[in-house]
Amino acid sequence: MADSSEVVANVSQRRVSELLIQDKRLDGRGLTDYREIRIEIGPVEKAEGSAQVSIGNTKVMVGVKVETGSPFPDTPEEGVLTVNAELVPLAAPTFEPGPPSEDAVELARVVDRGIRESKAIDLPKLCLVPRKQVQVVFVDIYVLDHDGNLFDASALASLSALMNARIPVYTTKNGGEVERTGSYAPLPLKNHPITVTMAKIDGKLIVDPSFEEEQMVDARISVAVTDENRICAIQKGGIGTLTAEEVSEAIKIAVAKSQEIRKTLLGGKNPVAPTR
Amino acid sequence: MPESKVKLIREDGRRLDGRRLDELRPIRFDVGVLENATGSTYVEWGKNRILAAVYGPREVHPRHLALPDRAVLRCRYHMAPFSTSERKSPAPSRREVELSKVITDGLASAVFLEMFPRTAVDVFIEVLQSSGGTRCAGIAAASLALADAGIPVQDLVAGCAAGKVDGQIVLDLLDEEDQLGEADLPVAYMPRSGSVSLLQMDGQLTAEEFEKTFRLAVEGCKQVSALQREALKQKYVTAKEEVEEAETKDAEKKEEAA
Repeated sequence: MADSSEVVANVSQRRVSELLIQDKRLDGRGLTDYREIRIEIGPVEKAEGSAQVSIGNTKVMVGVKVETGSPFPDTPEEGVLTVNAELVPLAAPTFEPGPPSEDAVELARVVDRGIRESKAIDLPKLCLVPRKQVQVVFVDIYVLDHDGNLFDASALASLSALMNARIPVYTTKNGGEVERTGSYAPLPLKNHPITVTMAKIDGKLIVDPSFEEEQMVDARISVAVTDENRICAIQKGGIGTLTAEEVSEAIKIAVAKSQEIRKTLLGGKNPVAPTR
Repeated sequence: MPESKVKLIREDGRRLDGRRLDELRPIRFDVGVLENATGSTYVEWGKNRILAAVYGPREVHPRHLALPDRAVLRCRYHMAPFSTSERKSPAPSRREVELSKVITDGLASAVFLEMFPRTAVDVFIEVLQSSGGTRCAGIAAASLALADAGIPVQDLVAGCAAGKVDGQIVLDLLDEEDQLGEADLPVAYMPRSGSVSLLQMDGQLTAEEFEKTFRLAVEGCKQVSALQREALKQKYVTAKEEVEEAETKDAEKKEEAA
């Protein structure tokens, strides 16, 4: 197991620790700096909505497909949101083909919670026939290149794709059945949840960990924040622990950083739903 | 979810099951309840019924997963098909896969895994009846099962959730409170080092509400930890009493024979 990559990892680990004492990081960033974030809207025309987000060298594509289906029995008058994540084998040497790994399931569920708990999608507006037919929004996360912090890149790409999505419009016929009109409308969105992930290394919290940093992480914490600066999802990961003070600090950092990212996403505009 | 019509806090300020806002449900841990497992624990936590068992340290299968410098900790959280109102398919759901992962991470920091290189420690949590807060009850039971298996740990991992229900911050959410409430914040905590090893949240809280809810969950964990300690001690008290009883009987027999 002690192959060359592990030796390299040990060497860089020492370097990271030395730098952290001076509040510095390997790539020159400050502790709470993100790498450069780029958002490309609509790379896939066949999808109802799509986006590709890069954070540094991490690249994630998200496609939104909208179909009709049955509502969940406990929410008979709401559309359905389904989030899935694929850690595509071409994205990293450790990703393997096959059924979704634990990591992929966790990634999808964390992104799902951010969108669902912030009530970002106006699901009641996606109801076609109560109890019978609703619109189902599939958010498919496709990780293309893994250089750390897949949570934030996937959450941001998902939100960008949803903001850009256009869904088919339906009318109700006389018999109560619905029919597509052939026109499209923007997906009704009410919120813009931003996920901020921090890693704890040597007792310090750093924002947006790179792949190299993730290899030496004690604990990780992802916090999703709504337009109103409310916390709507948290996920702690990693085998290390956090103190109560570190948790509080992480929440503060997340609220501040989420505002910055939302500004980038919305182009400095007021965070108002694009439809109404 | 539309504003809930069901009132979760009664007129008298108590909750659906009569508890105060900061009160735990009745909790009872039983340590060492299974014969085959290296260590085991059964917990009744309100209407939750959960079994946790530990096998190991033992050989790792498949072999290539073994680590040269420590044990691999593997944890499976699973719900029985009859544990919920509607039958749950026995195949592991995505929720169970995720919870297995966060529970594994939540336990790993407590265990001295470096004492057992090239081995596996397998933890199985089976929810027999679920009533809200099963991951917290499950991780607490699993931690006791590890201790029962004689595996050295830094501290018992205690679990407890807090959340927001009808605008109030409450401890240890019932399933109705979890489903219809405004936020749920499960926490696992080790009181000796003051460290949080599991933390999740869904719903919505302001930063101030989060702080209050989180503190309450940690307080709940401290109470759970005390109950865990008692349960672990009780196992040895019971064992001691059994031995003493057997010895007295032996002595009586010998007297009779003489």
